[in-house]
Amino acid sequence: MALLEAAYQEFRSEVREFCEREIVPHAEKWDREEAISEDIIQKLAKKGYLGLTVPGEYGGQGKDSLYYAILNEELGRACSSVRSLVTVHGSLVSETMARWGTREQKSTLLPRLAKGELIAAYGLSEPEVGSDAKSVETSYQEHDDYYELNGQKKWITFATRADIIVIVAKNGEHVSTFLVHRTDPGVKIEKIHGMLGTSASGLGLITLENCRIPKDRLFGMKGMGFIQITNTALDNGRFSVATGALGIALASLEHSISYANERKTFGVPIGDHQLIKKKIADMTVAVKAARLLCYHAAEVRDRKDPSTYVHTTLAKYHASKAATMAATEAVQIHGAVGCLNTHPVQRLFRDARIMEIIEGTSEIQQLLLSNYALKNLTDIID
Amino acid sequence: MNNQDQIKEFIQKKVGEKVSFSNADDIFKLGLVNSLFALELVVFLENSFGIQVENEDLDLNNFRSVDNMNDFVAKKTA
Ligand SMILES: Cc1cc2nc3c(=O)[nH]c(=O)nc-3n(C[C@H](O)[C@H](O)[C@H](O)COP(=O)(O)OP(=O)(O)OC[C@H]3O[C@@H](n4cnc5c(N)ncnc54)[C@H](O)[C@@H]3O)c2cc1C
Repeated sequence: MALLEAAYQEFRSEVREFCEREIVPHAEKWDREEAISEDIIQKLAKKGYLGLTVPGEYGGQGKDSLYYAILNEELGRACSSVRSLVTVHGSLVSETMARWGTREQKSTLLPRLAKGELIAAYGLSEPEVGSDAKSVETSYQEHDDYYELNGQKKWITFATRADIIVIVAKNGEHVSTFLVHRTDPGVKIEKIHGMLGTSASGLGLITLENCRIPKDRLFGMKGMGFIQITNTALDNGRFSVATGALGIALASLEHSISYANERKTFGVPIGDHQLIKKKIADMTVAVKAARLLCYHAAEVRDRKDPSTYVHTTLAKYHASKAATMAATEAVQIHGAVGCLNTHPVQRLFRDARIMEIIEGTSEIQQLLLSNYALKNLTDIID
Repeated sequence: MNNQDQIKEFIQKKVGEKVSFSNADDIFKLGLVNSLFALELVVFLENSFGIQVENEDLDLNNFRSVDNMNDFVAKKTA
């Protein structure tokens, strides 16, 4: 029996066909050149994929979380750098703006984001601050008619392409978030080269030097940049990464199954060897469990259950681990062929490692999960 | 169950049955909950009392204690 209703299956076919035609043939090249094409960004926009979950009244497609899970899964299966664009632009910024933007931001900016006329990124991490996100050092000062920002943001996905970057900054103990335009005075963006995985996702180092922005660029309430905006953004982003990681795990398994049926050693297909069978079995269980956790998280998100974030965390933790395990085994099953930089499994292997670091490392997910379970296991298990 | 009891019951479930706090206690200051819990609270209040929490409502004072949340809900539903 199919896990999903017909409408979702049709959507998967549509996205898969798009990926096979527009992404898969270019993924290795983009990875080597450390950039996806502008053309694919426009094509994603035209399909409505950059604003899939943004409500129709703000120019998006108004689709539910299960559609979004399928989109991210299929993009992750094809190319994690492209999926990263959807994560930062769609989940971290657009979905968060749909939830917490001012009326003005929602009516003027959000429709342009949803249509892909503007591209957005999220600047939280810094050279000295990652997991301990509350300790950001980038500062803001409030003046009569402007804010002034100073500091650096590092590892910012698609900073090299984004028109708007959400910047998380501190004033004393207060954390606030701001919408900074790449064209604002005092903004410098440098590309980061040589990442292990998601190499084409346009990572940048952003330097803000006496960057003055108008007052209406405050995003969320003053002093609520962590509790309100960053927590919401990370929860949204985590869901996209979870489902993207599921896509990596699935692709790794599919490649492994075809190769196990085709490659012969000692006179038989390698899939006949028990040790290879064990790998395929472990990968299959991990992929199915990741799918169930991701789709369950989608359902909980749409139900607007207060415990949503813990289900998203569960899905992200497991799916990213499943991606690492499945991609590692896929390289092993392919032997030397899987080590060549023209073969997709070596890219899947490198991209998978990133999934355990972004949107909260695996260790941070473990902390969140265990802290929750120690107090209230029922909400997780039931 | 009145609104206050409903709010208290939700928080009690989250912090564990053994932790005691009053309706006036600042649950953030007491360290009973982390910042992620603020978002859980928002969704809980929206679902349970049919209100829509807007950007402008995201003043932490509205969520500090059972009493404050009760006042906030009363204001939103007035
Ligand atoms: C490809 C890529 C894209 C990224 N894109 C973005 C982006 O768009 N925007 C953005 O803001 N950031 C982005 N980041 C940064 C990312 O969010 C951080 O790398 C991540 O949060 C971890 O921070 P860190 O690298 O500073 O590691 P650290 O926080 O220094 O952690 C180092 C190690 O210590 C562990 N650790 C830390 N604290 C604890 C603890 N309390 N208990 C146990 N273990 C702990 C970590 O799990 C990790 O293994 C990106 C990173 C990568 C690799």
